[in-house]
Amino acid sequence: MAELVLNAVDKIYRTKKKAVHAVKDFNLTVKSGEIVALLGSSGCGKTSTLRMIAGFEDVSNGTITLGGKPIHALPPSQRGVAMAFEAYSLYPPLTIGDNIAFALKAAKMPAAEQQARVKAMAEMLEIDGILNKYPSSVSGGQQQRASLGRALVRQAGLYLLDEPMGQLEPQLRAVLRGRIKHYLREHTCTTILVTHDQTEANALADRIAVMEGGVLQQFASPAELKARPANLFTGTFIGEPPMNIFDATVESNAKTVTFHVDGGTVLSYPASEFSAALLKQLVQNPKVTLGIRPYALHAGKGPITGKVVSCQWLGDQTHVAIEVGGRTVVSVAHERIREKPGSDLSLSVASGDLHIFNRDSQSAMAHGGILA
Amino acid sequence: MDHTSTLEKLIRGVLITLVVIFFMFPIVWIFLMSFQTNESILRIPPSVVFTPTVENYVALVTGQMKTAAGSLQLNFMQNLWNSVLLSSASVVIALILGVPAAYAFARFKFRLGEDIAFTLLSFRFAPPLLVLLPLSLYFKTLGLTNTYVGLIWVYQLICLPLILWIVRGYFEDLSPDIEHAHRIAGYSWFQTFRKISIPLALPGIAAAGLLAFIFAWNNFVFALVLASADKQPVTVGALAFVTASGIQYGQIAAAIIFSIVPTFVLAMFAQRYLVEGLSLGAVKG
Repeated sequence: MAELVLNAVDKIYRTKKKAVHAVKDFNLTVKSGEIVALLGSSGCGKTSTLRMIAGFEDVSNGTITLGGKPIHALPPSQRGVAMAFEAYSLYPPLTIGDNIAFALKAAKMPAAEQQARVKAMAEMLEIDGILNKYPSSVSGGQQQRASLGRALVRQAGLYLLDEPMGQLEPQLRAVLRGRIKHYLREHTCTTILVTHDQTEANALADRIAVMEGGVLQQFASPAELKARPANLFTGTFIGEPPMNIFDATVESNAKTVTFHVDGGTVLSYPASEFSAALLKQLVQNPKVTLGIRPYALHAGKGPITGKVVSCQWLGDQTHVAIEVGGRTVVSVAHERIREKPGSDLSLSVASGDLHIFNRDSQSAMAHGGILA
Repeated sequence: MDHTSTLEKLIRGVLITLVVIFFMFPIVWIFLMSFQTNESILRIPPSVVFTPTVENYVALVTGQMKTAAGSLQLNFMQNLWNSVLLSSASVVIALILGVPAAYAFARFKFRLGEDIAFTLLSFRFAPPLLVLLPLSLYFKTLGLTNTYVGLIWVYQLICLPLILWIVRGYFEDLSPDIEHAHRIAGYSWFQTFRKISIPLALPGIAAAGLLAFIFAWNNFVFALVLASADKQPVTVGALAFVTASGIQYGQIAAAIIFSIVPTFVLAMFAQRYLVEGLSLGAVKG
């Protein structure tokens, strides 16, 4: 098991007409045995990053080292990396079992050990019944698990999993997540997981690297990402339903801090709820963007008023959409709320639940009244 | 599940029969001609009732053509052998050159790559007669006129672009990730090409090879101009049947049947192979 370091990595795709900068100055250190998720929307550069680590794409600038050894100039076969592909990429003429055993065969492992490993892996992934079938005759979910098994069964310095569970049904996905995490831990596998599913990233990863536009936005633990987003993008990208965003201008004196939200709402809090350093910053930068998580918006008495657009009880929580000052905000409550569309509703938010972002740079200024 | 009515089945049967008759008629007619003498072929009105004779085939195999004006030497079996030799050697060489090239064009982006690929394809646009005159001059200087090597070289104009473009399409349809999965398991680029890419593209390679063989086999002008009798294939050799004493229809028909046989056998064999290859290599996803 080895530590992976990406140092100032760039990826530029050049065509005749234009150059696309897919990954920009990417720095990342994955500790030995750590599970890291690359999370981002489509086209954010996460798959390009993974392919550069695997060796399927050249690195335009920068270096990649695995266990202290530079690997970015090596062919894929010499990098000691295992990968599960999003499109499965099983070998059609081989059975599922032979597909999983393939790399073990290449490594000239004794046949008995190969069989034992393949069997154990297949049992973990619940595909032990189809080992003698061919990829074309099994379902997409089974092919995906075979592809995952083919990667995990190897002994590699690094495991790359590209959307490893995208095709699985939700029930199975939850079970396998647990087993795979246990397996990766037990074998101290250094792992990079590419996904656009936050739940998967939260459940599997020790740390999550959020990417957007080819740039690393934030690299932190799941809890940290949610509590202290580094910028507006991470704030709105992490969390379901997404964070509510308001542009506001701050006015403060010795006693109170007042946010004049565009659209007319006014939020006032005692100045004592904000740190002195933050108050100073707010005086210098009065134009801010406020981020409020849906579960921090409480229905009842409060300064935010609007008309209910929809109200849905999901069985364990209520999602209320409210039109406030020309925009729709979402509030989540764990109790059942019954409001008819069109009725008035007031919402409150505590100062401790405010995320304050600089409106120009979009970087975080404060979380819960304390400087970021 | 079959929901077609009896009427539909009937109409379909009739239409298929008509099409088969339309396309098979010339072949069947030639087959019948090959067992008739020139006199019975040329009688009016024509009839399908005749006394079959194998003398046309005997003439071809022994090389003795008997015409009204006397006996003539025939080179037909040599022509047939030339056709087999020229076409197979051309296809083999075109495959050796074309398959790796097709892979390179499909997988790697390099300077002028598309232009080179298009230039190779453009060999097929040019009418052969246009290149023949300069080519025959060059061949004379190089001493390649009337040699197998020279003809096989020229046949690359027919075979190489065909193989290159058909096989390229097959390689492009293969998911690169299958190759990636193989490479990351510890195999070199060349091992992956040999063990994964070529086997998966084999149906395409077989189809391209078959087509190239047929095109090479049917070629006429290159061999007509660049070779003399002892190196010419059947297509040119058939001219020998136009004799001073008339056209030997029966022997032409027999020669045609002879010259169809190799491509026909090859097509039958490749067809079975293609189906097998396709069902094995079903790449999903």
